[in-house]
Amino acid sequence: MSVADRSAQGPPEEDLLDLAPCGYVVMDLDGRIISANREFERMVGSGGSSADGERSLASLLPAGARIFLETRLWPMLELDQSVREIALDLMRADGSRLPVLFNAAVVPGHDGAPPTIRAVLMETTERHRYEQDLLAATTAAEAARVEANRLSQILQQTFVPPPPPDIPNLRVAATYRPAGDGTVVGGDFYDFFRVEPSHWMIALGDVRGKGVEAAAVTSFVRHSLRTLAIEDADPARVLARVNRALLEHDTDRYCTLVLASLQREPDGWEIQVSLAGHAPALVREPSGEVSELGILGTALGVRDDPQFHTVRRRLRTEAVTLYTDGVTDARRDGEFFGDQRLRELVASSWHDPASITDDIASAVLDHQGGDASDDIAVVTFQGAEQA
Amino acid sequence: MFDRVAGFAHPGGRRAPGNTAAGTVNYGTAMTLAERLNATVRGLPEGQAIVFVHGYGCGQEIWRHVAPEFEVDHRVLLIDLPGSGGSEGSAYDPVRHASLSGYRDDLIALLDELDLDSTVLVGHSVSAMIVALVQIERPDLVDRLILASPSPRYIDDGPYVGGFSEADINDLLTLMSRNHLGWQDPLAGMVAAPDAPGIKEELVELFCRMRPAVAAQFAEVTFRGDNRADLVEVTAPTLVLQCRDDLVAPLTTGKYVSEVVADSELRIIETRGHCPQLSAPEETTAAIRDFLARTSRTSRASVAR
Repeated sequence: MSVADRSAQGPPEEDLLDLAPCGYVVMDLDGRIISANREFERMVGSGGSSADGERSLASLLPAGARIFLETRLWPMLELDQSVREIALDLMRADGSRLPVLFNAAVVPGHDGAPPTIRAVLMETTERHRYEQDLLAATTAAEAARVEANRLSQILQQTFVPPPPPDIPNLRVAATYRPAGDGTVVGGDFYDFFRVEPSHWMIALGDVRGKGVEAAAVTSFVRHSLRTLAIEDADPARVLARVNRALLEHDTDRYCTLVLASLQREPDGWEIQVSLAGHAPALVREPSGEVSELGILGTALGVRDDPQFHTVRRRLRTEAVTLYTDGVTDARRDGEFFGDQRLRELVASSWHDPASITDDIASAVLDHQGGDASDDIAVVTFQGAEQA
Repeated sequence: MFDRVAGFAHPGGRRAPGNTAAGTVNYGTAMTLAERLNATVRGLPEGQAIVFVHGYGCGQEIWRHVAPEFEVDHRVLLIDLPGSGGSEGSAYDPVRHASLSGYRDDLIALLDELDLDSTVLVGHSVSAMIVALVQIERPDLVDRLILASPSPRYIDDGPYVGGFSEADINDLLTLMSRNHLGWQDPLAGMVAAPDAPGIKEELVELFCRMRPAVAAQFAEVTFRGDNRADLVEVTAPTLVLQCRDDLVAPLTTGKYVSEVVADSELRIIETRGHCPQLSAPEETTAAIRDFLARTSRTSRASVAR
C-alpha cells in the first residue's frame, strides 16, 4: 500500500479507537460503561475488550473518589458538558491503583439515541510520582514558613518589653506596634531599668533593619545599656561606651537611641537625656505647650569619635514623650506624618501619658491606612503630682 | 437561568427595605449577608419562601432544573454557602465554619436579615443536615424541610452503615489536593485569561469554585461529621428524598433519616447518583410539589380537625 493510499483510507474507525494508546470509554449519562478500548482494559487489568454489563466508572474508583465523582465531577460535566485534566486513581482488578488523567465530554446521540459520555484516560504513574514529590515539597515549605513565623513571633515577643514597671511618683505609658502583620522581627525597642533605688533609666531605640540579625543587635544594645549604666549612669557616657562595644561587635548594623536617666529628688525628678542619632524627646507642659529636649548626637555603631551630650532638667508634672522614626516617617501617598503633625497631636492630647501615647499610635496607624510599614515605639512619662 | 442580583432584591429590582436591619451578622462591612452569599431571589413575592441550599462541591446552579419550577407560587431563594460558588471570599471563616453550626448560624442570620419565616428549606447532601440544624435552632423560621440525599454520618459506625471508612475519607482529601495542583490561585488565572469568559464559562467557574483550603476543611466537616443525635430533635414535617442507587448517601442513610425524624416520609427517586435534581429533575420537582401540597398548612389544619 502506498503512502497516499494509507492517508486516504486510514485505519478503520473501530481500529482507530481500539488500538489508541490511551484509555477510551463510552458511558451512558449514569456513568455505566457501554464500551471500552484495549488500553482501558489493560489499565484496569481485567483483560479482554468485552464490556461487562454493569461496570461503571464509579465501580472502578476507590470509595473516597466516588464522593468526588458524585459531588463535583458529574455536576460539572452536567453543567459544562465536559471536564478536563481530572486526576483520578483507577482500581485495578488486582487491587492496585493506577493514577490517570481523565477528560470527558457529553456527546449527543444520533437518530434519537440518548447522549453518551466519552472519556479519555491517560496513565500518569511517573507524573504522579513527580506530583507527589512536588506536593510534599510544597507542604514542607509551607510548614517551614509557618515554623519560621512562629519563631519570629516568639523572638518578637522577647523584644517587646512587658508593661512598664511601677515606678513610684512617675506615671508611664508605652506602646510598641510591629510593622506589617507582626511576623517579621522589627528593630524598635524600649527598656526601663533601675540603677539605684530611686534612680531609673529609660531607653528607646531603633536598630536599622529587621529580622533575626537586627534582633540580635537589639539584644546586644539592651544588655550593654543595662550593664554599663550600673557603673556610670550619665547618659552621654553610657552611650559612648555602648558605641564602643557596638563597634567591636561583629555587625554592620547601627542603632539610634534616646537614653533618659531619672533620679528622684524631694521636689520632683532630675532628668538627663542624651541622643544618639535619635529624634529629641518632646516635653508637654500642663498648659499644652510642647518643646524639644535633647541635643542631636551620633548614631551608635557608626564612628569611633562620636559626639554625645547630656541635657538636664527638672521634671515636675510635664509629660516627656520618646518615639522612634516609625512615627514621623509614617507615610500616606508619600506624605510624611512629620514633626509638625506630631507636635500638634501631643499639644492637643490630654495631659496624661496613656492618652498621649495612644493618640500617637492610633494617629500614625490611621495616617498609614491601618497598615504600618515600620515599627512604632512610643514611651511617655510624667512626674506625679506631689501628694 | 437565574439572574444574579447584587444582593437581595424584589423581582422589580428594587432593594427590599430593611434589609440591613438588626439580626444581620456583623462582618464589619457594608455588604449584607445576602450579598455576601450571592443570594438570588425570583418568583412570587407574596408566596411562601422556599430556600434551596446546595451541598458539598458545587453552588446554587445545581438547582437550576428544579428551583424555577417553584417560582409560579413561591418566593424562591437560592444562595451559595460561604466558601462555595459565588459567595464573597470573606464570608468564609475557618473558625466559624469548622463545624456545621457555623453554616447553620449563617442561614439563620440570612433568613432574619431578609425577614423570612415559616419557610420551606430544601437542603441537598450536607445541607440537608444544615437545614435540619436550622429547624432545630429556630423552628419559627422553618415550616417544612426537604432533605435531599441526606447522610447524617458518612463513616460506618457499628451497625450503622454510612458507606465509608476513615481511610476512604483520607483518600478523598488526597484526591482533592491532587486536583488542586496548579490551582492555588484560581482568581489570578481568571484575571490573566486572554478572552473575556462567556456567561457559561463564568457560571462553570462560579459553580466549581472553591479555594483548596476551603474545599479541604468543608470536606472534613462534611464527611467526618456525625449529626445522628441532632435529627431526633427535628420537629417540622420533613420529606426525605433518596436516590435509588446513590454511592455517596446510600439507601441505608435515607432510611435511617426517615426513621429518626419524627414527622417524616421517605420518597425514593428511581435514579442513580447523588444529585436527583440533576439526574431526575422532573421526579424531584414532582416529589417536592406533592409533599408540599399534602402537608400545606390548610391540609394539616383539616387533618387536625
